[in-house]
Amino acid sequence: MKINSVKIISLLFFILSAFYLYTAHQIQVFAFDEGAPFNAKTFPIYLGYAGMFFSGLKIVLPDQKPIEVDPTYLEFKKTILLVLTMIVYGATILKVGFFLSTSLFLVFSYYFLGERRWKFIIIFSFPFVAIFMYLLHGVLAVYLRDPLLKYIGIMG
Amino acid sequence: MIEGILIGLKTALSFQNLMMVMIGCFAGTIIGMLPGLGPMTAIALMIPITYGFDPATGLILMAGVYYGAVFGGSTSSILINAPGVPGTVATSFDGYPMAQQGKAGKALAIAAYSSFAGGTISAIFLLIAAPSLSKVSLSFRSPDYFGLMILGLTAVAAFSSKGNFLKAMMMCILGLMLASVGQDTLSDIPRFTFNTMNLSDGISFVLVVMATFAMSEALTIIIKGNDPSKAAKQISLTDLGSIRVSKEETKQMAATIPRSSILGFIIGVLPGAGATIASFLAYGMERNFVKREEKEKFGKGSVQGLSAPETANNAACSGSFVPLLTLGIPGSGTTAVMLGALLGFGIQPGPRLYETNPDIFWSVIMSMYIGMVVLLILNLPLIPYIARILAVPRTFLIPMILFFSVTGIYLMSFNNFDIFLMIGIAVVATILRLYDFPMPPLILAFVLGGLMEENLRRSLLISDGSWSFLWDRPLTICIMITILLIVFWQIFSSYKSLKK
Repeated sequence: MKINSVKIISLLFFILSAFYLYTAHQIQVFAFDEGAPFNAKTFPIYLGYAGMFFSGLKIVLPDQKPIEVDPTYLEFKKTILLVLTMIVYGATILKVGFFLSTSLFLVFSYYFLGERRWKFIIIFSFPFVAIFMYLLHGVLAVYLRDPLLKYIGIMG
Repeated sequence: MIEGILIGLKTALSFQNLMMVMIGCFAGTIIGMLPGLGPMTAIALMIPITYGFDPATGLILMAGVYYGAVFGGSTSSILINAPGVPGTVATSFDGYPMAQQGKAGKALAIAAYSSFAGGTISAIFLLIAAPSLSKVSLSFRSPDYFGLMILGLTAVAAFSSKGNFLKAMMMCILGLMLASVGQDTLSDIPRFTFNTMNLSDGISFVLVVMATFAMSEALTIIIKGNDPSKAAKQISLTDLGSIRVSKEETKQMAATIPRSSILGFIIGVLPGAGATIASFLAYGMERNFVKREEKEKFGKGSVQGLSAPETANNAACSGSFVPLLTLGIPGSGTTAVMLGALLGFGIQPGPRLYETNPDIFWSVIMSMYIGMVVLLILNLPLIPYIARILAVPRTFLIPMILFFSVTGIYLMSFNNFDIFLMIGIAVVATILRLYDFPMPPLILAFVLGGLMEENLRRSLLISDGSWSFLWDRPLTICIMITILLIVFWQIFSSYKSLKK
């Protein structure tokens, strides 16, 4: 058996299924439901076994089309930076407010992906978000929490 | 049926719904045109918006987006040889060579006319087949539904990812596992919530779709370093040539369209088969039907080679609505997303939809047809302008997709946890995509998870815990045999290819 990335992913899936199966067994059902033909843990238990079965087969059987991704061709730095930007965006959207956090998220994302034309970066961030917010909040009456704009007095 | 068609037409032709079809077709075309982003992404991005409308309007918008995205996918196949969706890969075989010969406008027109004709013929089939099948499916019981759902998942796993059956089955299980998070529907017992209130309602369908499609597709484009705008620069997007189709070409299309439509519709109805298989089969079938001199033109810009897959993929799109509307079981990833949206509206598709919500049933069917008319009238003349969207640099495109995904979830839950969960799922989905783990089976399983558990519950309770319900009824036996045949066929073909 040749170990490759797909086998490692399958092994991780096997472990996940085993953990899922263990957690499924821990589900507390009502006492009168314990011996019933079907209760809240029946389906998850079958799923756990099925997950272990299919991932087990994938680990054991030889690969039909082995796939190896050459990491030298992957743009890890940009992807990680973008994911981190999204996490910061997600963490600040409630506290800072939609307008500023979204605009800054767009500015940083454009920049991290290699955009250097500041005119376009600015146009497609702050004014774009303002128009989007107006459409949502002003036209469609969708509530958008924005403590910053509320503090300044722009939003009610 | 006539009454139903009139109800559907009345709903679909209201000013608001007509606008929605137009907006949907337009937005779908733009999203579908961008390489890597297909109908599923387009529909996923629209779901949060549709929840602001009534169910019929929301569904009409999604149907417009669906057809627009399929049409958009063909456009990028023809113009830059980068199919937006697998269903339009066969379109590029002859569409791109035609564009290289300076006949991009003509290729787009042939694609549009073929799509329209394929859609029209299959819409007629749908009108006839859906109500009849609805009546038949009223006799289906829980074990049959449970069997059908397993059949749907197995078929999608078998057909949607050639040679990746086990990977697809693992994705099905992952989808079912994600669907099982939250309170049990009957007993309200929390499952896999890890004492977090945020998970007690389960994982939102929109969150999973956005994460596994819109977001992970955007991340895959970045990590692989693909730049659609670079490909767009290879062909002039400002001069696409004439969109006029000659008499001779029309004649050739007239022969191709009917047979490709029939094939496409039948393939579309089968669970899991869908537009990709339909388009490849139609291409192959057409190649066998034409004369020898025409056969040699295939792959070099043949009219029939372009018309056949385009007709079949659109016909298959309509066909895939048959199991969704009549049985409540989606046959493809895209219809699974639509089923999720329907459930979000509180509508349970299935045989009773025809009786309980005739306005929705018929308006969806009619709006699909109106969508095709809109695509032909509105999009074809606008294509030279819309095509320029292909040159939008990814530096702007990707952040916009991520922004719409995060905002979509934020507007639904106003909750940081959901955003973090979505980012987490998107990262995992991106890694899985890199190693060819297909995402449509995951979505299909996620949508069917609740229904599957419910039908298994009923079946087991009725049979007092015995699994004999799987072979008690002839219909259930037939379904189970089909499932076994698919599984054994997959194992056999894997064994054969390993021996080679």
